[in-house]
Amino acid sequence: MDQKNKKSKKPTYSKFSQQELPAWKPILTPGWVITSFITIGALFIPAGLLALAASDSVVEIVDRYDEGCIPDAYSQKAESYIQNPNEKKTCVRTLRVPKKMVAPIFVYYQLENFYQNHRRFVKSKSDKQLRDANAQDDTHSCFPEDHTADNKPIVPCGLIAWSLFNDTYKLSARGKAIDIDKKGIAWKSDKEAKFGSDVYPKNFQKGALIGGGKLDERIPLSEQEDLIVWMRTAALPTFRKLYGKINTDLDAHETITAEVENNYNTYKFGGRKKLVLSTTTWIGGKNDFLGIAYISVGGLCLFMAINFILLYVFRPRRLGDPSYLSWNRQPLV
Amino acid sequence: MKRFVYVNDDDSSHELYCDNRISNRKYTLLNFLPKNLWEQFSRFMNQYFLLIACLQLWPLITPVNPASTWGPLIFIFAVSATKEAWDDYNRYLSDKKANEKQVWVVRQGSKKLIQAQEIHVGNLVWLRENDEVPCDLVLLGTSEPQGVCYVETAALDGETDLKTRNIPPACMGIDSELLHKIKARYGYRGVMECPLPDKDIRRFDANVRLFPPFLDNDVCPLSIKNTILQSCYLRNTEWACGVAVYTGNETKMGMSRGVAEPKLTAVDAMIDKLTGAIFIFQIVVVIVLGIAGNIWKDTEARKHWYVLYPEEGPWYELLIIPLRFELLCSIMIPISIKVSLDLVKSLYAKFIDWDKQMIDVETGTSANATNTAISEDLGQVEYILTDKTGTLTENKMIFKRCCIAGTFFGNENGDAVKDVELLNAINTGSADAIRFVTVMAICNTVVPIKRNYYSASGTVLYKAQSQDEEALVRAAASLHMVFVNKNSNILEINFNGSLKQYEVLEYLEFTSDRKRMSVVVRDCDKGNIMLLSKGADETILPCASAGHQTKTFSDAVDQYAQMGLRTLCLGWREVNEAEYQDWSFMFKEANSTLVDREWRVAEVCQRLEHDLDILGVAAIEDRLQDGVPETIETLRKAGINFWMLTGDKQNTAIQIALSCNFVSPEPKGQLLLVNGKTEDEVCRNLERVLLTMRITKAEPKDVAFVIDGWALEIALKHYRKAFTELAILSRTAICCRVTPSQKAQLVELLKSCDYRTLAIGDGGNDVRMIQQADIGVGISGREGLQAARAADYSIGKFKFLKRLILVHGRYSYNRTAFLSQYSFYKSLLICFIQIFFSFVSGVSGTSLFNSVSLMAYNVFYTSVPVLVSVVDKDLSEKTVMQHPQILYYCQAGRLLNPTTFAGWFGRALFHAIVVFAITIHSYAFEKSGLEEVSMVALSGCVWLQAFVVTLETNSFTILQHVAIWGNLVVFYIINWIVSAVPQSGMYTIMHRLCRQPAYWNTMFLIVAAGMGPVLALKYFRYTYKSSKINILQQAERVGGPILSLGNIEPQPRSLLDSDLAPLSISHAKNARNSVFEPLLSDSPNALRRSFGPDFFHSHSPYSRNKDM
Repeated sequence: MDQKNKKSKKPTYSKFSQQELPAWKPILTPGWVITSFITIGALFIPAGLLALAASDSVVEIVDRYDEGCIPDAYSQKAESYIQNPNEKKTCVRTLRVPKKMVAPIFVYYQLENFYQNHRRFVKSKSDKQLRDANAQDDTHSCFPEDHTADNKPIVPCGLIAWSLFNDTYKLSARGKAIDIDKKGIAWKSDKEAKFGSDVYPKNFQKGALIGGGKLDERIPLSEQEDLIVWMRTAALPTFRKLYGKINTDLDAHETITAEVENNYNTYKFGGRKKLVLSTTTWIGGKNDFLGIAYISVGGLCLFMAINFILLYVFRPRRLGDPSYLSWNRQPLV
Repeated sequence: MKRFVYVNDDDSSHELYCDNRISNRKYTLLNFLPKNLWEQFSRFMNQYFLLIACLQLWPLITPVNPASTWGPLIFIFAVSATKEAWDDYNRYLSDKKANEKQVWVVRQGSKKLIQAQEIHVGNLVWLRENDEVPCDLVLLGTSEPQGVCYVETAALDGETDLKTRNIPPACMGIDSELLHKIKARYGYRGVMECPLPDKDIRRFDANVRLFPPFLDNDVCPLSIKNTILQSCYLRNTEWACGVAVYTGNETKMGMSRGVAEPKLTAVDAMIDKLTGAIFIFQIVVVIVLGIAGNIWKDTEARKHWYVLYPEEGPWYELLIIPLRFELLCSIMIPISIKVSLDLVKSLYAKFIDWDKQMIDVETGTSANATNTAISEDLGQVEYILTDKTGTLTENKMIFKRCCIAGTFFGNENGDAVKDVELLNAINTGSADAIRFVTVMAICNTVVPIKRNYYSASGTVLYKAQSQDEEALVRAAASLHMVFVNKNSNILEINFNGSLKQYEVLEYLEFTSDRKRMSVVVRDCDKGNIMLLSKGADETILPCASAGHQTKTFSDAVDQYAQMGLRTLCLGWREVNEAEYQDWSFMFKEANSTLVDREWRVAEVCQRLEHDLDILGVAAIEDRLQDGVPETIETLRKAGINFWMLTGDKQNTAIQIALSCNFVSPEPKGQLLLVNGKTEDEVCRNLERVLLTMRITKAEPKDVAFVIDGWALEIALKHYRKAFTELAILSRTAICCRVTPSQKAQLVELLKSCDYRTLAIGDGGNDVRMIQQADIGVGISGREGLQAARAADYSIGKFKFLKRLILVHGRYSYNRTAFLSQYSFYKSLLICFIQIFFSFVSGVSGTSLFNSVSLMAYNVFYTSVPVLVSVVDKDLSEKTVMQHPQILYYCQAGRLLNPTTFAGWFGRALFHAIVVFAITIHSYAFEKSGLEEVSMVALSGCVWLQAFVVTLETNSFTILQHVAIWGNLVVFYIINWIVSAVPQSGMYTIMHRLCRQPAYWNTMFLIVAAGMGPVLALKYFRYTYKSSKINILQQAERVGGPILSLGNIEPQPRSLLDSDLAPLSISHAKNARNSVFEPLLSDSPNALRRSFGPDFFHSHSPYSRNKDM
C-alpha cells in the first residue's frame, strides 16, 4: 500500500521522462550541405548516363495502325466500318527492324486515350467471381454488365472483361511466319490465385451490346491469358499490354509483315492503337525519362553546390555569431 | 427583490430557496451522452468528419471503405467522452465530500448533527473552533463575551490573517440557550431582510428585526462584518452560531466560483482557422473538379463506349462526381491530427508531471498538469497576472534589522534577533533597547494563543491581523520579551523570566490615513501611563519631540528601504495621569460621535501623539519566495508582461513589486498612480497616466501603473476604453485591493484585447481569475490546494513558472507547430496526388490508392515518425534559459501561422508534383498497372516524408532514428505481408516492385528531386537569413560563450500610432508637473504617497525625484 502510494506520487525518473535522451544535433553547416549536393550530383549523373545507355540499347518498333487499317472508302466514317460485321478487318502492315533484336522480343499492343482507370470501369469487376466457381452470382460490383437480359449471371462479369481487346496480330518475315508465343504473358500469380482454373466463361458477350472480344467457353479463366492481362487495369490512359513473345532473334533491317485483325473500336473516342515490338533490359523497356531525370537532377545538385561554394567564399557568414541576435544590439532610440 | 429569512424556521424556506448542496458537475447520468455529443459536435472539425463518414456510406460515391473513417471517428469520440466522464466523476466525488460533511444545526429546538447539504436557509448553524463554515451565515452568538469571533478568510480572498466578525448589536447579550428559541413557534421571532445572492464578498446590506422578548424590535442594520461566509474557517473562538442566509451554489463563494469554460489554445484556434482555410480550398477544388468531371462526362465519356454511361441518369447524377471528389479530397483535413495532437499533448502534460526539476524540495510536491490540452499556450503567454501573497512572497514576515537610538543592529549578520550586541544591550538593561523591544511586544493587536501558553517548547502562537505585527511580536519573543497572555485588558509579558503586566487603556487604531497606531498602557507595577506608537516614518518622525534628532532614523529608513525591507518607526512617551484623563474623555466622546467619526477620532488621537521619543526603526522582511526576482526578470526578458493583482494594500504591493524586479527602480522605471474615489478623479487620473504612457512609449523605460480596487471598479465601468488602452500600453501594472471577480475581469479585459494570459495564484480568491485566464497556474502552497485544484497547472513554487513557460511551454508550442503543419502537409501531399491522378483518369473520381494504403498512410506511415517529435528540442534548455528572448518566436506565433502554413502547403504541392510526375513517367507504358503505379507513388510519399521529418528534426535521439527509419522498414514489411495475401488487390505487387531496379531508381529520384530544393532553400535561409533560433542553434553547436545583453524590443503594439510623438521631457529639477511623475512621488490627492506598507512606511530612495 505504502509502496503503491509512493509509486503513484513520485514521478518516474528516466532520461525519457526528463527529456534528456542523448541526442545528435546536426546543423546545416556549409560543409555538410555542399558535400551532400556534390555527392548526389556525382552519383546521379553517371547513374543517369547508365540508365540512358540501357534505354538506348532497347530496340523498339512502334507502328500505329488504327488509321492505316481503315479502307479509303471508310476514311470519314471509321466507326461504321469497325461496327460493320460484314467488312473484312484484316490489314497488312510493314515494319522495319532498325537494329538487331535479341530474343525474347515482346509484342505489345498500345492503346492511347483509353481510360482503363475510369471510375466506372475500374470498379466493374468481381474478384470473387473470377476466383471461385461457386461465386458466379457475386456480380453486384459489376454493374452495368452484371447479368444478361434474362437475369443470368455473366462470367466474367463487369465492364473490364466485357471490353476485352480483340485485335490479333500475325507476323511474318520473308514469307515465313514468326511464331508469337501467347503462353506465359499473364502473371503467374494472377493465373494461380486470381483466376480460377474451374471457372468457365458463361453468358459472356451474349447481350444486345457486344463490347470487345469473346471467350472460348471451354477454356477456364485461368488459361485465358489475354483476359488476365487485360484485366490488370492500367493507371494511365496510354498503356501497353503484352500480346505475346517472340523467341527468335530478328535481324537488323529485316522487313516484317504484320497481319492485323483490326476488330477493336477505338474510333468512337479517338483512341489510337499501336503495335509494339520491343526488347528489354535491366531497366525495362525503352524509357529515356529516368536517365534524363537523373542527369538533370544531378546537374542541378552540382549547380547548387557551386552556387553555395561561391556564396561561402564571397559572402562568408560566421555561424552562431551572437551579434546577429537583435537583442544584443543597442535598441534604436 | 429581497429575500426574507425567518430565523430558525424549519419549514417555510424549503421550497423557496435551494438547500446547501454544492454542485460543480457538468453532466448528470442521463444527459451525459447527448450533452457530451452535442459539445463534441459543436467543433467544426467533428461535424466535418461526421459528414464525410456519412457520405462514405453511399457506395456509389465512396472511393474507399467507409470503415476507414468510421473507425477513427468513433475512437476519437470515445476517448474524449471517457475523459470528460472521468473528470466529471471526480468533481462529483469532491462535491459529495463537501456535501456530506457533518455540521451541528438546530432542528426542532435542539442541536443535531446533520450533513452539510441538508442545511436550509434560516437554519441555525453551530460551529466550533477550526470548523469550516458550510454556508453563508449571519452571526447571532459567539463564545466571546464581546460578541466577536475570528475567522480566516483565506479561501475567499486569500488573506491569511484573522478577521474579527461581530454579532449584530441587536443580538448582543442573547443567552446561548435562548438562541435556540428564536423561532416563531416559541413566540420569538427573527426576520432578516437580505439582498438576493450575489458574488460581492465585501458587501452585505441587510437588516434584522428581532421581536420581543428580545431586546428591541427595531430594525438593526447588518453588514459584511456580521457575517461569516462559506469556506472560511472559525479560529480562536470556541464556538459561534449563525443563521444560514445563502446556501449551496447561492453563497458568495458559490456565486463567484463561475463555470470553468473548456479552454482552447491559441494553437488550436490557429489550427481551426487553417482547417477552415483548407476546407474552403477543398470546396473550391471539389467544385472545379466536379464541374470539370461533369463536362468531361457529357462531352467525352459517352464516346468511351467501354464505360457504358447510360443516356439518362438519376436526378442526382450531377451531384455524383462532385461528391466523389469531396470524399476523395476529404483526406485533405487529416482525421489523424486530432488523435496525434491529443496524444502528444497528454505527453507534454506528462513531461511536466515527471519533471524532477520542478519538484519543490521542501514539500516534495511535483508539478502537475491537470489540463492536458493547453501546454502550447504556455509558450505563447503574453501577460502573466499574478497574485502577491503566497505567490510571490512566502507569506512569512520576519523581523530582520533594527536601528535603536542610532545604533544599527543586524547589519553584520543580516538578522538582528541573532545579533549579539543587541542581545547584550537588552541583557545589560539598556533602557532604549528594552523600550524598543517592549513597544515591539505590546504595541499591537496581536492575540497570543492560550493553549500553547506553557507548551513544552515554550513558544507561543500568535494570531494577528497584520503579519508585520506578528513578526514584531515574534522577534520580541526571541529577544526575551515574550508576550505570553492577553487577558481582556491585561497584557502579560515575560521578560527574561520575570512577568510584567501592562493594562491597556486605549487603542489608537490604525487607519490608512493616519498610517500609525498607538496604545496607551499603564505599567501595572509602577503605575505610570505610557503612549507607545509605531508607524510609517512619515507619520511618526514629525511627531518627535522638539529638538529630538530624527536624522539618523530617516537615514536608517532609507538604508533599509534600499534593501527592500519594510520599515516602521517606533516611539514612546510618558503621559501624566491628568493629561490622560483629559484626553480619555475627549477620546470617548469622539468615539461616540455619529458624524465624521473617523475624522474626529483621528483628530483626538493626534492630540496625544506628539512629543514622542523616537526609539528606533524596525525593518521587516516579507520574504520573497526563492528565485522570484530572477524568474520575473527572465520572464520579462522573454517579453512577458506582468500584472500584479492583489487584495493587499497599495504600499505593500508596490514594495513587493520593487523587490522582485516587477518594476525597475527609479532611473529606469516609473510608477503612475491611478486612484480616486469619484468618477471625476479616476477619469482625470486615467487621462494623466495615459498621457504619460504615450509620451514615454518611445523611451526604453519601464512604466507601470498602480490602481486600486475602487478606482478599478470605476475605470472598468465608465472608462473601459481608456483603461483598455492603458492596459495595452503598460507592460506592468499593480492592482491592489481587488476582489476575486475584479481579478477575473482584468483577465477578461486582457483576453478581449487578444492577449494570451496566464494567471497564477495560490488562494481561493484567485480561483476565478485562474479559471478565466487562458492558462491558470496554481501554487500548491500554504493557503491550501484550492487554487491548485482549479488551475490547469499546479506548481510548488513561483520560480518553477520559468521552467514551465520557457522549457515546457516553448517546446510544446514548437512541437505542436511542427506536428500540426506536418499533418496537413502529408494529407495535402497524398490528396494532391489524387487530384493529379483524376486528370489522367477522365476526371471521374478514381482513387489512385486503395483503402488500406490510405488508412495506413494516415494513421501509421506518416503518424509514427512525426509523433517522436515530442522529444525534439530545437535548443537546449540551458540556451533557452540564457536567452529567454527567444520565446518571442512562440509568443508571436512565428512557427505556426498562415505564412508558415503556406510554406508547408507549397511543399506539399511541390512534392506531389515530383512524386506524381516521376511516377507516371518512369512507370509508363507496359509498367503502368494501376496497382503498381499506386504503390510506387505511395512509396515515394513515404520516402519523402521520412526525409522531410529528418530535415525538420533538430535533435536525433534513438527514438527519432527508430521511428523514422524503422517506419520505412515497417512500411516495406507491411506491404510485403499485404502483398502475400492473394485476396488483396495488391497481391505480389510489392514483391515485384522490390525486384525492379527501376523502382529503386524511381525512389532515389523522388527523394533527390523532392528534397534537393527544400534542403537548398532551408540551408540558404539557415545560413544567410537566419532566425534567432538558428543563430542560437549554431552558437550552441559551435560552442563558445553566447552573450546576451539587452532586452528584447518591446512587442509591436499597433493600437496607437505615434502621432503623440515623444516630446522631450525635461528631467529637470522639480519635475512635478501633471505629466511627469517619478515613481509615485506625487499624485493629485496626496501630497506624498510613497511606498511601504500602510503604516510601516519605508522611505524609498526611488520615491525621490530624479534630479538627485
